[in-house]
Amino acid sequence: MSETKFTKDHEYVRLDGDTATVGITDYAQGQLGDVVYVGLPEVGKAVTQGGDAAVVESVKAASDVFAPISGEVIEVNSGLEGAPSTVNEDPLGKGWFLKIKVKDRTEFDALMSEAQYQDYLKTLS
Amino acid sequence: MRYLPLTEADRADMLARIGVASIDDLFADIPVDKRLTALPDLPLRKSEMEVERLLARLATENIAAANVPFFIGAGAYKHHVPATVDHLIQRSEFLTSYTPYQPEIAQGTLQYLFEFQTQVAQLTEMEVANASMYDGSTATGEAVLMAHRITRRRKAVLSGGLHPHYAQVVKTLSHMSGNTVLSLSPDVTAREDIIALIDKETSCVVVQTPDVFGNLRDLRAIGEACRAKGALLVAVFTEAVSLGLVAPPGAMDADIAVGEGQSIGNGLIYGGPYVGLFAAKAKYVRQMPGRLCGETVDAEGKRGYVLTLSTREQHIRRDKATSNICTNSGLCVLAFTIHMTLLGEAGLTRLARINHANAVKLADMLSGRRGVEVVNGTFFNEFTLRLSRPAAEVVERLAKKGVLGGVPVSRLLPEAGLDDLLITASTEVNTEADRLAFAKALGEVL
Repeated sequence: MSETKFTKDHEYVRLDGDTATVGITDYAQGQLGDVVYVGLPEVGKAVTQGGDAAVVESVKAASDVFAPISGEVIEVNSGLEGAPSTVNEDPLGKGWFLKIKVKDRTEFDALMSEAQYQDYLKTLS
Repeated sequence: MRYLPLTEADRADMLARIGVASIDDLFADIPVDKRLTALPDLPLRKSEMEVERLLARLATENIAAANVPFFIGAGAYKHHVPATVDHLIQRSEFLTSYTPYQPEIAQGTLQYLFEFQTQVAQLTEMEVANASMYDGSTATGEAVLMAHRITRRRKAVLSGGLHPHYAQVVKTLSHMSGNTVLSLSPDVTAREDIIALIDKETSCVVVQTPDVFGNLRDLRAIGEACRAKGALLVAVFTEAVSLGLVAPPGAMDADIAVGEGQSIGNGLIYGGPYVGLFAAKAKYVRQMPGRLCGETVDAEGKRGYVLTLSTREQHIRRDKATSNICTNSGLCVLAFTIHMTLLGEAGLTRLARINHANAVKLADMLSGRRGVEVVNGTFFNEFTLRLSRPAAEVVERLAKKGVLGGVPVSRLLPEAGLDDLLITASTEVNTEADRLAFAKALGEVL
């Protein structure tokens, strides 16, 4: 049974056992505009919570995507290379960025639930 | 609008914020022995007429390249620049226009940048070229940094035929960023075994052809060896006209091609500004430094040009940008593009043939003379002579006889023990009279 949590930097994490799927939220893709490029890390790379994980580029901006939790990158969504717009179309589904093998579940537990994230978004506008 | 200068309190506040006691502390990076403690001893004022007279007299102490038989190359070459080029680049629309950040009012500039990129890509037979770097040496430095980013390795291997100034620039950039440079010893006869030094830590191998001594090099085997170890091949040229005759970087499967564009459209102009050419395989485009001009259509479906892939650059990517360059060598680019347009492919090939033919005539005339040996097995328009006396001394004596004979290798590599070598270049500007003058003067000084 998977569970999805959110960060203040507009990443989401969907945890399935010890595999976490990470991407950016619908709010983030809307703010960015048309995504033209996603720079993904190498498989095998160790990431720490809050550290650089990926880069997402639209025509006008380049944004760092931070690792919402620590672990090892076990898979990246190489399909985004040919179709970066998937991030805009289906950010929480086919537009995922990378999968991390999680070491410390408590990092995940401390993140925001969907309801908390939606409340957080209201404070931004 | 009134101008209100800073008060002492403003200055004190800023210094405190930065964390220094005085403005002088901000110049800490300049060595103490290089700082000026007093103003130089110059007269307070002179009239325009006096200044003209003084400077004109100083100028007569120079031997101008245009006035004597001239055979100096080694990175900058004397070619004929048609009057058309100078006339067109001085059109105010070109000369005074600024960087084309606003495409809607800069289509003229953007179009010539696009034409330039197209020409560079065609000349080098590479897939994509940028809108230029400062010069060939910094283009080479940037190519090395780009290779490090792509391969995620930090060691560059430099051929012993690479221009020493280019190698020095690579070393300076590498030193500041903690990367490693393995620089092979000067390779006068193009016999180094650079392949043996490529390993799994090598990010790129940088080879110049024609090299600084004039030798032509076949890079294909080096390229294959690079690929086998996951490294990139960076091909360098200092004489752009050579691309009219010798195998270009793309034909030898280079990953990145860089070089100096000065030879086309730009005179020697006392060392600069020049124009760095930078091209690469399309798959690496997002790692390229510098400006890129792209072709697109506007809202009405009409063709237009814009600067593109700007997310590589500093003003968007900040410290993660591919480079901190935020300009290009626009006017030199324009001169290059106009001259190249006037030449066309046929014209460039003809120009290159004349260059090579003149160099062959010169080599034939000089070799076989007592005290002179042509070292090269191959060359385009530049070759190296081994002399029976130190080359630096020979060059001075030739100059006193009104011949500018070339660059002594000791000037580029003072401690290499190559003091008897002279690099000499011959382009389309040299006549038979020039060659005879050189040969005669050389006979007298050796």
